[in-house]
Amino acid sequence: MKLTPVITEHWDDPELYTLNGYKSHGGYEALAKALKSDPDSIIATVKDSGLRGRGGAGFPTGLKWSFVPQNDGKPHYLVVNADESEPGACKDIPIMMANPHALLEGVIISSFAIRANHAFIYIRGEVPAAIRKVAFAVKQAREAGLIGKNIQGSGFDLEVTVHAGAGAYICGEETALLDSLEGYRGQPRLKPPFPAVAGLYASPTVINNVETIANIPYIVDRGVEWFRQFGTEKSPGFKVFAVSGHVQRPGIYEAPLGITMRELLDFAGGMRPGAEVKFWLPGGSSVPMLTADHLDLPLTYEAMVEAGSMLGTGTPMIFDQTVSVVKAVTRWLEFYKHESCGKCTPCREGTYWITGVLEKFEHGHGTSSEMETLTTLCGQIAGRSFCALGDAAATPYPAAIKYFSDEFTAATHTSADDQFDPLASYVFSGARA
Amino acid sequence: MTVTNHTEKTDHVNVVIDGIEMEVPKGTLVIRAAEQIGIEIPRFCDHPLLTPVAACRACLIEIDGVPKPQPACAQVLSEGMNVRTQRSSEMARIAQEGVMEFLLVNHPLDCPVCDKGGECPLQNQAMTVGRAESRFEGEKRTFPKPINVNAQVLLDRERCVSCARCTRFAEEIAGDASLELLERGAQQQVGTANDEPFESYFSGNVVQICPVGALTSASYRFRSRPFDLVSVPTTCEHCASGCSLRTDYRRGTVTRRLAWDDPEVNEEWSCDKGRFAFAYLANGRIDSPLIRENGELRSASWPEAMHFAAAGLAAAGTSAVLVGGRATIEDAYAYSKFARVVLGTDNLDFRARASSTEEAEFLAAHIAGTTLDVTYADVETASQVLLVGFEPEDESPILFLRLRKGVKKGVTVHTVGPLYSLGSEKLSAHWIKANAGSEAQAIKGLDSEVISALDSNSIIFVGERAASSPGALSAVSQLGAKTGARIAWVPRRAGERGALEAGALAGLLPGGRPISDPTARTEIAQAWNIDADSLPAVGVTGNELISAIAQGSINALITAGVDPSDLPNGSELTAGIENADFVVALENHHSEITQRASVVFPVAVVTEKSGSFMNWEGRNKPFSAAFREALTLTDAGVLSMLASAMDVQLNGDTRALRKEMNSLQPWSGSRTELKPHADSVPVGTTLATWRLLIDSSVMQEGEPHLAATARPSLVAVSSAMFEQLGKPEVITVTGPKGSITLPAQVAEVSSESVWLPMNSPESHIYAQLGCGYGEVVTVKGGAA
Repeated sequence: MKLTPVITEHWDDPELYTLNGYKSHGGYEALAKALKSDPDSIIATVKDSGLRGRGGAGFPTGLKWSFVPQNDGKPHYLVVNADESEPGACKDIPIMMANPHALLEGVIISSFAIRANHAFIYIRGEVPAAIRKVAFAVKQAREAGLIGKNIQGSGFDLEVTVHAGAGAYICGEETALLDSLEGYRGQPRLKPPFPAVAGLYASPTVINNVETIANIPYIVDRGVEWFRQFGTEKSPGFKVFAVSGHVQRPGIYEAPLGITMRELLDFAGGMRPGAEVKFWLPGGSSVPMLTADHLDLPLTYEAMVEAGSMLGTGTPMIFDQTVSVVKAVTRWLEFYKHESCGKCTPCREGTYWITGVLEKFEHGHGTSSEMETLTTLCGQIAGRSFCALGDAAATPYPAAIKYFSDEFTAATHTSADDQFDPLASYVFSGARA
Repeated sequence: MTVTNHTEKTDHVNVVIDGIEMEVPKGTLVIRAAEQIGIEIPRFCDHPLLTPVAACRACLIEIDGVPKPQPACAQVLSEGMNVRTQRSSEMARIAQEGVMEFLLVNHPLDCPVCDKGGECPLQNQAMTVGRAESRFEGEKRTFPKPINVNAQVLLDRERCVSCARCTRFAEEIAGDASLELLERGAQQQVGTANDEPFESYFSGNVVQICPVGALTSASYRFRSRPFDLVSVPTTCEHCASGCSLRTDYRRGTVTRRLAWDDPEVNEEWSCDKGRFAFAYLANGRIDSPLIRENGELRSASWPEAMHFAAAGLAAAGTSAVLVGGRATIEDAYAYSKFARVVLGTDNLDFRARASSTEEAEFLAAHIAGTTLDVTYADVETASQVLLVGFEPEDESPILFLRLRKGVKKGVTVHTVGPLYSLGSEKLSAHWIKANAGSEAQAIKGLDSEVISALDSNSIIFVGERAASSPGALSAVSQLGAKTGARIAWVPRRAGERGALEAGALAGLLPGGRPISDPTARTEIAQAWNIDADSLPAVGVTGNELISAIAQGSINALITAGVDPSDLPNGSELTAGIENADFVVALENHHSEITQRASVVFPVAVVTEKSGSFMNWEGRNKPFSAAFREALTLTDAGVLSMLASAMDVQLNGDTRALRKEMNSLQPWSGSRTELKPHADSVPVGTTLATWRLLIDSSVMQEGEPHLAATARPSLVAVSSAMFEQLGKPEVITVTGPKGSITLPAQVAEVSSESVWLPMNSPESHIYAQLGCGYGEVVTVKGGAA
C-alpha cells in the first residue's frame, strides 16, 4: 500500500502555516463550497463518508453531529479536542504546527454544519508552539473575513476561541475538557446528558479531535466517493499515523486505513540495526500491546479489535527486544496514577495500588501471587471506573501478561534493569557513552 | 411478589429488581427503588437530597443487556428494565467487593480512635460487602492531621473517600460553595481556596453526612463512642423553624445533637446553632428556688418559696405576665391561663423583644388560629416569595434552605429591606430597597411588575423586625388582600408562634379568640370551668405594658425567659421591676431580672421536660424529655403549684394541658381587624440591624468553636456613604445612649441606612446605642 498524503501533502512548504501558504494549495475552497450548501447536506456528506473519530474511540463523526438537536433555540458549540496527551500519540500537535488552517477550515465548515456560532479549540497547554500557530491562524483568518460576522457574505457568523489547557491528561476526556473550558477543575461529567444535548454551558456541543476536523475540508471538497476509495468499508479514509520507537525514521506517515504495521515499518526505514519487533501498540498507551505476530494485520478499527487491541489514536509505538515489558508497563501505570483525576474509586485507588505492586516487580521483588492480584485488580477497574481513563489504566498489564508472563515471573527475583540493560534500549545514538 | 404504587399509572414504569416486579414513578433511580423493597445497595457518595455523582462506584449493579455494571445511584429506571443487585448478580457482587477493597486501600484502620467508629457506613459496608482480609500490602497515603476547615469542623484527610457529599452539600444545599475537592488522584482532598475557612451556618451538616470519620466537629471529637450514647428525638429550641433533632447523651450530659429526618420541615439538615449550641443546658443553671430577704436572694425550699410567692402576688395590686420566647406551647398555655384565672389579668405578652401594637393587631387578624396555612412544602412551589423585615439565613435558617430549594425550582424571591445580604445573594433575590423603618413606603410603592406577579400562589414572609417599622404590617396586610398572596409570620424564637396560639398575648385567648368577643369568652370559660364574667377585660401589651410597669400602674409581675437586654426599652423594664411590689421570675439562668426579682423559681430546660414547639407554619412539634429522671419542674408545673398555693386548681401536667388545648378548636368567629397604621418617614440615617444567627445570645454561651464561626462585627454602609465618610477604616455609629465603632464594610445598603449586628461581640445595639431598628442615628468615619 502507498502513502496517501492529504492533510500532510504540502508539509514541505514552510509557508503552509500561513493563510497565503494554505490558500496557494487550494485552501478554503471547501469552505466557499460549504457555505453555499445546506448545513444538513454537509452532515449527510460526513455521515456518508463514514469518517470515524480520530481521537481514539473511532465513533462515526457524522452520526455524532446528527445527535445535535436542531431548531432548539439554544446556542450550539463546536469544541475541538486538541489536548493531545496520550503517551505515544503525536499527530494532532504536528497537524496544528504544520497545517493549522486545515484544522481551522474544518472548524468553520463543521460549525456551519451543526449551526454553531462559537467554536473552541482546547489545546494542550504544554505545547505553546502549537498554541501560537493556531492562534496566528485564527488571527489571519479573522483578518481575512473567514471568521467573524457574515463570513464571505453567507450570513453565517462564527467566533473561534483558542484555549490552552493547564496540564491534565484527564482534560482530554471530552466532558472533563468541557468542565475545564468552563473554568472548573477538570473532572468527567456524569452522562446522560450527553454533550450533544447538554455540553458546554449546558448547550448542545460537538467535541471532535483535531485530525477528525482537519479531514472535513477534504471530504467536503473532494467528495464521499474520493474519501471512500481509501480504507475499508468500516474504516474508510486515510490516517495520519505517527510512528515512534526503535525504528529508523520515526515520524508522520499518512496512509489509508488498512495499511499494515509491517508496511508502515518499511516506510519508517525498518527497525534500527540489529533490532527486531518485540511488542508494539497501535495507538497510544491506552490500547493493549501486540507482538511481531500481528505486523501483517490491517490497521483498521475493526481488525485491531479483533486482534485484541484497538486502533486508538493510530500512533504506533514500536519496542524492540532491548525493552523490559515490566518496566514499560510500570512507567505507563505511573503515568495513569499521576493523571487519575481522583473522582472515582476504582481509578483513584486502583492506579495507586497497581503502581506500587508493579514497582516491586520492576525491582525484582514481585511475587507470583501478586501477578494474580494484579490481574484481578485490573479487572476491578476495567468497566467499573467513571470514565475511560480507568479502563486505559487497566489495559497495559493484562496485555503484557498475555504475551510476556515469563518476564513478570523473572521479576519475582531479578530486577527489570538486570533482565534488560536500560542503556541498550535508548534510542539516542551515543547514549551509552 | 409485586409491589404496586397506587397512584397515577401513566407516569410509571414497570421494572424488575432481583426478580421482584415493581411499578415505580418515571425518573426513579435504581437505588431508591431497591430501598422500597428492602434491598440495600452499598453506597457512599449517594445521598437522596444531593444530585448523583456516581463517583464512589460502591453501588454497581447489573442491568440485563448492558455489558458493564452500572451505578445504581445514577441509573434511572426505564420501562422493562431488569436490574440485578449483589443479591442476584455475581457481576454486581464482585464489582461491589472490588470497589470496597479499593476504598480501604488508602483508608487508615484507625477505627478504634475514630469518632465515626460504631456508626460508620464504611465500617458497616466493609463488613457486609467487603473481603475479610485486605490484599493491599503497600504504604497508605498519609496527610498531616487534622486540619480545620473552619473553627468547628475538622478534617482528617487520610480518612476521606472522596465521596463529595460535603462539597455537594456546601454548593447545592447551603450555597456556601467554598468547600471543594482539590488536587487529583490519590492526593485528591477536600479543602478551601487559600485555606480560607469554610464559612457557613450549616457547616455541621457536612460532619453528619460524611460517610467516614474524615469530618468531625471540634465540640464532639474524641468525646465519646456512639455505642455509649443514648439517643432521643427532640425539637430544636433555638428558632421558629421547628427542626427535628436528635440529642445524644451519656451519663446525663448531652454530648452532641444531630439533624433528624423530618421531610416536612428540616429534611435532614440543621443549622450550626441548633446543632452545637447546647452547652447552656448544663452550664450556669439556677439550681434551687430563691427568695429575696433583706434585699438579698437566698436559697429556699420549694414550699417556702411557693408560699412566699403566693402571698406576694395576692398582696400586690395589678399584675402582668411576660413570657419570653423559650416557652413550649404547653407552658405558654399555662401562663395564659394562670394570668386570666389566677391573677385575673389580661396584661400579658410573649414578645420579649421590640414589638408594637400594630404587630399585636396583625397577629390577631392574620396569624393566631391559622395553623399550617403556609408550609415549607408551599415554599418549593410558590410563584413569588416576598420577604419583609425578615432575613431568613439568620432568622430561620431552615426556611432559608427551603427557599433556596424553591429558587432552584424557579421560585422568585423579593426582599424588602435596607441591606442586600449574603443570604439575599444566595437566594438570587430581587432587592426592593427600603431604608430601615421605611418598609411601609417600599411596600406601597412596589413596582406594578412585582404586584402583578403576586398571586394566590405567592407567599409574603414577615419577620419580627416588621414590628419595628411603623405601618409595614398594615401595608403587608393590604398587599395580601389586594393580590391574594398568603401571609406567613416567621418569629425568631421557638416559643413565639405557640405562645400566640396559646393566647399569651393581651386581647387574645387560646386559638386566636378575641377576649372581647362574648362567644370566645364563653368557649374558654367552659373549657377552663370558670364563669365567663370572671375573665378579665382586654389588657395591655408590649411597650404600653412595659411603661405601665415602669410607671407603677402594674406592680406585680411574673416573668419567664425574659432578658431586658433583648428589649429596646429594657432599662425601662429593669427600672420598673426594681420598683415593682412583687416580681416572680421563672428562669433557668440568672439575668437582670432574677437579680431584682422577689422570688426565683428554677425551671426545666428542653432536655428535662416534654412539650411542643409550634413552628412558624403553625405545626406542632412535640418532644419528650431526654433525661426522664430530671427533678426540675416545667414552667407549667411551677405555675400549677403556685396556683394551688393561691387556692386555685390548675393542672400543670404537660399532657393534660396539651389535651385541653387541643380540645379547643381554632377560632372561627370574627377577628379583630388590623386598623391601618400610619407610616413614618424617619429623617436622617436610620439604624438597620438584626440578630445574626451566631451571636452573643445566652443560649449560645459555652461553645467557643461555634462562636468562632460567627460572622465578624462590622458596620455596613453603601459605597456612596462610604465615600461621603471619607473611606474610613472604621465607622462610628452613635445613638442616644452612646456609640459603637466597628470596621467599615461597603455593602449593598440603602442610601439612608447603616447596618450593624444587633447582639454580636462589640455590637450590642440596645445597651450601647440605646435605640433600635429604624431609629435615627448619627454616622461618622473613624473612631468616636
